Amino acid sequence: MIGVENLGVTFNKGTALENRALHGVNLTIAAGEFVTVIGSNGAGKSTLLNLLAGEIAPSTGRIFMNGTDVTSWPVHRRSAILARMFQDPRAGICEDMSIIENIAIAAARTAPRGFRFAITDDIRRAAVERLTMLGLGLEKRLHDRVALLSGGQRQAMALIMATLGTTKVLLLDEHTAALDPAAAELVMNLTREVVQKFGITTVMVTHSMRQALDFGSRTIMLHQGQIILDIAGAERASLTVEQLVRMFRRKEGSDISDDQLLLA
Amino acid sequence: MSLYAFTGALETGLAFALVALGAYLTFRVLDFPDLTVEGSFPLGAAVAAKLMVSGVDAWTATIVAGLTGCLAGFATAFLNLKLRILHILAGILTAIALYSVNLRIMDRPNIGLINMTTVYTPFEKLGVPSLYAPMVLLLIVVIVAKIAVDLFLGTGFGLAMRAAGANPRMAQANGIQVGRMIVVGLAIANGLTALSGALFAQMLGAADVSMGIGVIVVALAAVIGGTALMPSRLIPLLTLSCVLGSILYRIALALALSSDAIGLTASDVNVVTAVLVAVALWVPVRKSSLLRRAGGAK
Repeated sequence: MIGVENLGVTFNKGTALENRALHGVNLTIAAGEFVTVIGSNGAGKSTLLNLLAGEIAPSTGRIFMNGTDVTSWPVHRRSAILARMFQDPRAGICEDMSIIENIAIAAARTAPRGFRFAITDDIRRAAVERLTMLGLGLEKRLHDRVALLSGGQRQAMALIMATLGTTKVLLLDEHTAALDPAAAELVMNLTREVVQKFGITTVMVTHSMRQALDFGSRTIMLHQGQIILDIAGAERASLTVEQLVRMFRRKEGSDISDDQLLLA
Repeated sequence: MSLYAFTGALETGLAFALVALGAYLTFRVLDFPDLTVEGSFPLGAAVAAKLMVSGVDAWTATIVAGLTGCLAGFATAFLNLKLRILHILAGILTAIALYSVNLRIMDRPNIGLINMTTVYTPFEKLGVPSLYAPMVLLLIVVIVAKIAVDLFLGTGFGLAMRAAGANPRMAQANGIQVGRMIVVGLAIANGLTALSGALFAQMLGAADVSMGIGVIVVALAAVIGGTALMPSRLIPLLTLSCVLGSILYRIALALALSSDAIGLTASDVNVVTAVLVAVALWVPVRKSSLLRRAGGAK
């Protein structure tokens, strides 16, 4: 479903601030796979997600989705295939619009927008059906402004919006990081449920080692712009959070000693 | 205030209600403060007047004038999107260029339209007293335009335009081309503005190159004042409050200027407008800070 070949991006090329955020990344993600991405700050997690979404253009390499080369596609064009959720619960919705209006906007993501009325009976029916899945009672509040919802409710709604239409790929950028623990758990469980139900290929960036192992079917670790760990199946199943944290620390630690050598 | 002054305020308010509807689309829906109107309003007047004195019938002239306004909107959108010029500056550049364009179109600073057959003439022939003829036609045009804007904003395209203004990143992530929305929004808004200019010139009996000065402030007075007086989140009520804001602004202005006790003259119009807009901008701020204080006291 997603193919990434020799992907690299360098910010501020040729200046003192030159930063190779990602280089030589090769990755193949099969349809229906749920990949969790971990790594320390600046490892390139968000850069990878932004490249997949089309928000930044790569310096090298190609990106394929659904068998098509989408490297040169802008954000709005890729959105016919993929949906994304942001860390900030305000980023993925229009606060001053109602729940049903937001859902109508998202429902048109994978279909052309015309001059017919946006909110039809079909949209209303689909909205009620999907919102009912959340069990938050939002299906009874279709005309409420989204600004009235809590962060958790907004992310749950954004999740529903992301699954509308013919979405093939879902990109999650630490989408529970800004929520309180209870809301984060709710949204994560809903994420698992929805992704399974609709068979959407998912890439989730997370800071939580526990989330990285508990959710999804494959985990990759990024470090200094490269993939340094890629595990799935039995190997991943037997890995404990403690072991993963130790591997993570070892990488961090090695950098520190490298730096000390350089300074000495 | 005399009846004559009152009907004058009503007519002018109705004519500028079209500019207010356009400003609602740019300023409120797209969050794009568009100063192009300072040029597209006299552009509409100039094109309509020039065509009418060249023998084109009034309705055709008025419609063509409206379409040239759309072109002015395109120009500002081009400056903003392709040349990456700040939205306010892009509008100012188009407006300043249009000043010269309008002089070229008219070949002189103004064209008189007294004794010409205007769009209002058929209404006078129908027996509507000439004092009220413009009001009847303007009322019809404004109602049609208001309903058209309401319907447009309820379509898939209109909803996409609202999303593009409210949250551009979310809009893009949902497949909306934000740039295209700005182009279409500015074209519609400046089309309405030029149409307003054409209708206003025929009412006034002349097109003048300087008639665009202050149009943006008048439009903002209508949008900000109207929505401050009648806050709502329903589009049909918001557009209605823009129309009423435009009329009430003219009436308030007429009252302020006709009251001998205050001692204001016609030359004080701009300072009165600025004060009205400032108050309208301040009222919602004050309301929310009062609410916050009340919440904090609990």
